[in-house]
Amino acid sequence: MSNQEWPLWEIFIRSKAGLDHKHVGSIHAADSTMAIEMARDVYTRRMEGISIWAVESTNIHASNPDDAGIFYEPSNDKIYRHPTFYELPDEITHM
Amino acid sequence: MNNSLVEYIMHLADNSLIHGHRLSEWCGHGPILEVDIALSNIALDNIGAARSLYEYAAEIEGNGKTEDSYPYFRDVRQFKNSLLVELPNGNFADTIAKCLLFDAYQFYFYTALKNSTDMRLAAIAEKSLKEVTYHLRFSSEWAVRLGDGTDESKQKMQHAIAEHWEYAGELFAPSNIELEMIEKGIAPNMEALKDVWQQKLAETIEQATLSFPLSNEKGWFQSGGKKGIHTEYLGFILADLQYMQKTYPNSEW
Repeated sequence: MSNQEWPLWEIFIRSKAGLDHKHVGSIHAADSTMAIEMARDVYTRRMEGISIWAVESTNIHASNPDDAGIFYEPSNDKIYRHPTFYELPDEITHM
Repeated sequence: MNNSLVEYIMHLADNSLIHGHRLSEWCGHGPILEVDIALSNIALDNIGAARSLYEYAAEIEGNGKTEDSYPYFRDVRQFKNSLLVELPNGNFADTIAKCLLFDAYQFYFYTALKNSTDMRLAAIAEKSLKEVTYHLRFSSEWAVRLGDGTDESKQKMQHAIAEHWEYAGELFAPSNIELEMIEKGIAPNMEALKDVWQQKLAETIEQATLSFPLSNEKGWFQSGGKKGIHTEYLGFILADLQYMQKTYPNSEW
């Protein structure tokens, strides 16, 4: 018996046609076929979905939480980036 | 006629119930969480199929029978499941071998039962076939993973297939009730299913890099379950399954 752990996979489920795949959790599996079938058994038993994506967790690249300050805070005072910041002249219709 | 039909439905229901009950014993003991859940799902599919069948039998029989009358209030000799499904789970390879033989049988059986002249059975077959197609995929893939895995898993898988092989023949040997049902177009011709079943198993076993078990010259197999003559295991299964109803008759929750 090998002590090597199976790789971790992130599972994304589309709940119905037209919606996006959403992250639902992760599982261990030896390969993508096994990952999708195990995801079916673990995450779709209560009619949660109609499509499954499995992505090996090592292939997910995430931003560094330490960067939160320089990444996201500068946009806090840029309300003019929201369309609602602008007042529409009355003459403009169909907006 | 109706008695025979009830008997026949009972045989099908008992197969699913006992197989499902055995698989439910894996709950909390699976080799990994995901497989534990998968086996429990498959157990529930089987018990669900058994319920539809018992319900149908109860409707035909009347006399206040319900779907619960059959699993909870019959004794060993009245159960008509094949011996294969009552065998102990053994190790994971044993369970996979048992599932592979049984799932492949159910796959071809339900495919054929969809054409039954009995509309209710045809409908149950249609619904069950979707579930069984997945069961067969699950057991086939695991048989290949174990067979084509490590030396240890290969040896265990080979041993498991050989051990269970002699119990599979009974699935395709029609009882008198089955012959009567085949005659009426209610049941499919079991013997005709055996060739495609064997073909499918040969393919899976080859893919799993295992060798096909050699059946002996006379093609002898273990049998008796369809007539109510069981291994010693079924009594213990029923002791578990019927405990609540026997201790607290007619209790509900």
